[in-house]
Amino acid sequence: MATLCDRCAKNEASIHFTQIQNNEATTRHLCEGCAAALGLDPGTGSPAPLADFLAQMGKPMAAEQGGGPGTCPTCGLTLADFKRTGRLGCARCWSVFEPSLKGLLRKLHGGTQHVGKVYLPPDPTEMDRTARVVSLRRSLQRAVDEEDFERAAGLRDQIRRLEVQP
Amino acid sequence: MARNLLPGDPEAGLEWLDAAGPHSDIVLSTRIRLARNLQGFKFGPRADAGDRAEVLRLARGAAEQTGELQGAEALVIPKLEPAARQLLLERHLVSRELVGADGTTPNSDAALLLGPGRPVSVMVNEEDHLRLQSLVGGFRLRDAWRAIERLDDEMGTRLPYAFHTEFGYLTSCPTNVGTGLRASVLMHLPGLVLTQEIGKVLQGISQVGLTFRGLYGEGSEVVGNFFQISNQTTLGKTEEDLIDHLQRIVQQVVQYETQARQVLLRDARTVIEDKVWRAYGLLRHARSTGFEEVMNLLSGVRLGVGLELIRGVRVYTLNRIMIFAQAAHLELVDGDGQDADVTRAAYVRQALAEEPVESA
Repeated sequence: MATLCDRCAKNEASIHFTQIQNNEATTRHLCEGCAAALGLDPGTGSPAPLADFLAQMGKPMAAEQGGGPGTCPTCGLTLADFKRTGRLGCARCWSVFEPSLKGLLRKLHGGTQHVGKVYLPPDPTEMDRTARVVSLRRSLQRAVDEEDFERAAGLRDQIRRLEVQP
Repeated sequence: MARNLLPGDPEAGLEWLDAAGPHSDIVLSTRIRLARNLQGFKFGPRADAGDRAEVLRLARGAAEQTGELQGAEALVIPKLEPAARQLLLERHLVSRELVGADGTTPNSDAALLLGPGRPVSVMVNEEDHLRLQSLVGGFRLRDAWRAIERLDDEMGTRLPYAFHTEFGYLTSCPTNVGTGLRASVLMHLPGLVLTQEIGKVLQGISQVGLTFRGLYGEGSEVVGNFFQISNQTTLGKTEEDLIDHLQRIVQQVVQYETQARQVLLRDARTVIEDKVWRAYGLLRHARSTGFEEVMNLLSGVRLGVGLELIRGVRVYTLNRIMIFAQAAHLELVDGDGQDADVTRAAYVRQALAEEPVESA
């Protein structure tokens, strides 16, 4: 029996797209039209996950209706704008739309927590400095493990400078 | 007379052509970019002219105080003539979006900060306020990372980056948030294409969180067997983890490509020799050639040089032809108003004539 397209549930699914992320495989059965709309052109093999997930974002948002955020007070972006363009309008948008963004980030990146470099602003607070030192120590450990002593020395100097400052 | 389309060094941004890095016959170049935005200004697509003017002013001021970009030219895109914009695009220094390729008008104060003789540059007022980028020759992820990390540290102490304790560096598009890092390696994989193994390799790449594109980035076609391989995710891993992962996978692909080439030599030596020498012959003698044809023939010659079937032609020369046989670069060479395909063929003939070859 023919499988119907997961997305439109009208046409016969002719494209079966399996994605493996974090050791978990998910398969979507799509008709050609829906696959193209989601950027899953079988010819390129390069999926466009953002389009896919933006298309799916309607459902979780409907469940949050009532308390859901509407418009960013700083730049005026609405959730509908974001769903249409896939782009946020300013730093504030990240807080305003945080609940929807977290779900999206989990799907795109497998998580929401940044573990990389920590930004040290021009006039850092004590907390900024501590967070930066933690990330520098991680890099330092790595440099030592890799026996990259020149880099290790540079990182150690940076850590020392941050710890000495009041 | 050749004319200079850009202020400053006419060879700016071309240091990577020297082919000095390891595996330079298979890996042409390594690029890393960091997406950064400034607090207090609307992001790219929603920014107004006032936001953009101020972002450019701040970025120039900060760049001027860095070791990497001191004395950099600020190339303001709308003020450049179309051929100069195209030239930057052909050198892979700007995105199509920044220069308004495909007929759109570039944003006011969209700019490229380009340092003299340095591997780093900054796109300003693209989708994100800043796109810090480093571009080096060969397979040198570490070097590209060190250069861009240094610039980022220096710029960051002078600019109010938009940073969030959970999400990291905030970007316009959620696919870039966190580290804001996209590392990509431009590979030449004719062995895998000819042995028809490329599909499997690319599929494998997609399954380990990496992605591939053609020569000109997102949405571009694969020409001349060139593939750009890069990380797909930017959040939840450290910059160094992202880079190491790409490093390991690219190393594997280099190995597969080398094996495929050995298989070709073992099983079809005559066919391969014929193919690479025909490619060389056409480039050396043709009187009119389109760019795509040149790219495909260069791929053949590059394979011949990598397999040491053709000796005497430097990878550097092949890299240089790849860039200078493009439309805007041909204007630098001067065609006396001739047809572009004729100018291109003459340029390629001349470039190859300077290096006498011998066959293995």
